Amino acid sequence: MSGLLGKKIRMTQVFDDTGRSIPVTVINAGPCYVSQIKTADKDGYHAIQIGYMELKEKHAKKPVVGHLKKADLKPLKYLREFDLPLNEEVQIGDELKVDMFKEGEEVVVSGYAKGRGFQGVMKRHGFHGGQKTHGQSDRARAPGSIGQSSDPSRVYKNMKMAGRMGNNRVTIPLVEIVKIDTERNLIFVKGPVPGAPNSLVEIKKV
Amino acid sequence: MDLINTVTASQLKTDIPEFKAGDTLRVHTRVIEGEKERIQIFEGVCIRRKGSGIHETFTVHKVSNGVGVERIFPLHSPRISKIENTKIGRVRRAKLYYLRKLRGKAARIAEK
Repeated sequence: MSGLLGKKIRMTQVFDDTGRSIPVTVINAGPCYVSQIKTADKDGYHAIQIGYMELKEKHAKKPVVGHLKKADLKPLKYLREFDLPLNEEVQIGDELKVDMFKEGEEVVVSGYAKGRGFQGVMKRHGFHGGQKTHGQSDRARAPGSIGQSSDPSRVYKNMKMAGRMGNNRVTIPLVEIVKIDTERNLIFVKGPVPGAPNSLVEIKKV
Repeated sequence: MDLINTVTASQLKTDIPEFKAGDTLRVHTRVIEGEKERIQIFEGVCIRRKGSGIHETFTVHKVSNGVGVERIFPLHSPRISKIENTKIGRVRRAKLYYLRKLRGKAARIAEK
């Protein structure tokens, strides 16, 4: 299950053969380079590490530059690991491009959701809030009761309450690839993808 | 933004006639019923154009059997085979939402 790293561009729409308009997210994916191969003998598990987005050497982190020099690669901004089936052959330094995917194929897309700051329970957990009428004055967005009485005399762990929302890793299982543009290294996936424009997304083969 | 426009450019139609809100349009839509395909015409007044690029849509308003009917068409939809601009109207608004409240004589639009 290898994959690609990419940058979310933004959403748009595409008309299919029957004339229906399909919402798509455009991802600028790859080219990525295999920077390291982890083997069961040496590392205890089998995986590949791939890098994305070439940088000028002065903008890259020094340890990363050194690490990539071993693979004879230019400095890269992002490095991520992907599982690799044992039967797949890859070499260090291999270039991975969008042509590894097919149109119509389903993939797994992960990214970091937009940070939303400190949010109440209605936005954060989908609570319904309180009544607007019947003499209520300050309950419209309140969470309601958070527990019982002197027994247990405490609030249970993991109680859904207000707090920081977003900026967490979100994975969307099985997203259909609608279109691939090999010339411009673009993947069009159906529907939304977590994160703001220009944020990093991981696209994994199923 | 520019990248998206270049990517969707190939889907844009080039044969769209010039029209704006207030014009009377005949929209030829391709209707697929099972195996067969036929053309259905929706005729009415364009009351708005909205969006840009591949997202652009327009709304056609007509009164059918005394009931106001509106259809929103994606401008670049392949299901629209042809748009005819039959009457150019003279209006002073870009969005003619006020037409929804008017009936009969009051709902007329002066021709240019």
